[in-house]
Amino acid sequence: MLLGYTITQWLFGILSFLSIMFALMVVFSRNPVNSVLYLVLTFFCIAGHYLLLNAQFLAVVHIVVYAGAIMVLFLFVIMLMDLNHDNEPQKTWISKIIAGIAGGMLLCVLVGSLKGSEQLGISQYGSSQIGMVKNLGKVLFSEFLFPFEIASILLLAALVGSIMIGKKEIK
Amino acid sequence: MINGISINYYLLLSAVLFIIGAVGVMARRNSIIIFMCIELMLNAVNLLLVAFSTLHNDASGQVFVFFIMAVAAAEVAVGLAILSMIYRNVKSIDTDLLSNLKN
Repeated sequence: MLLGYTITQWLFGILSFLSIMFALMVVFSRNPVNSVLYLVLTFFCIAGHYLLLNAQFLAVVHIVVYAGAIMVLFLFVIMLMDLNHDNEPQKTWISKIIAGIAGGMLLCVLVGSLKGSEQLGISQYGSSQIGMVKNLGKVLFSEFLFPFEIASILLLAALVGSIMIGKKEIK
Repeated sequence: MINGISINYYLLLSAVLFIIGAVGVMARRNSIIIFMCIELMLNAVNLLLVAFSTLHNDASGQVFVFFIMAVAAAEVAVGLAILSMIYRNVKSIDTDLLSNLKN
């Protein structure tokens, strides 16, 4: 206990603060490469949240897939297009202000809808084994077997599609 | 309560992350940054799914997150291929210049 909060609550607060700060830096940094690096840091913070939520396997998968694969893909494309300059064209101030106002109003709606809600049900918090590979595998390969197969077809279609789009000329 | 943290805080955190992503989509002109903000929004939703899955002691939420990750990977692959093709033809990925469909 530290200042009346448990360690978990402190970790939650610090991770939330860091993830929100890094997410803001993604939007506000001028250089796209810096944006990608801040997004990787945000993903690490979100992986920390998954660990706090007892979803260990998901945290590892999140780091491997997002920070390891998707972000490297982004970096490759940015390097390929030679975009790591600070002088990219900006939107006008008026549209930026309008975007900020729209986002703030959406935040007001979401927070306002939370305000009236009761404290949601207390979990049993008995078995923390839900996030383990064994349990997730059982659910994935019994209950969600058909969506799993569909996902494989989706990935194949994405593979073929990106190759067809990326080719120089389609004969 | 999950480990002494109310679910309302997770709802708030996810809402804030989602809105940062939405503002990024509206306020930036670089298509790659817009893609990254979409990833941020997807991750806000993922975080909330995992929080509710732990709250209700149900593994389905975490399986949904796997599917969202697969869809995000497919989306990024196709989207970046489209962007690189646009860059080859237009020499720019500025969204304000990509208005050919308007006329």
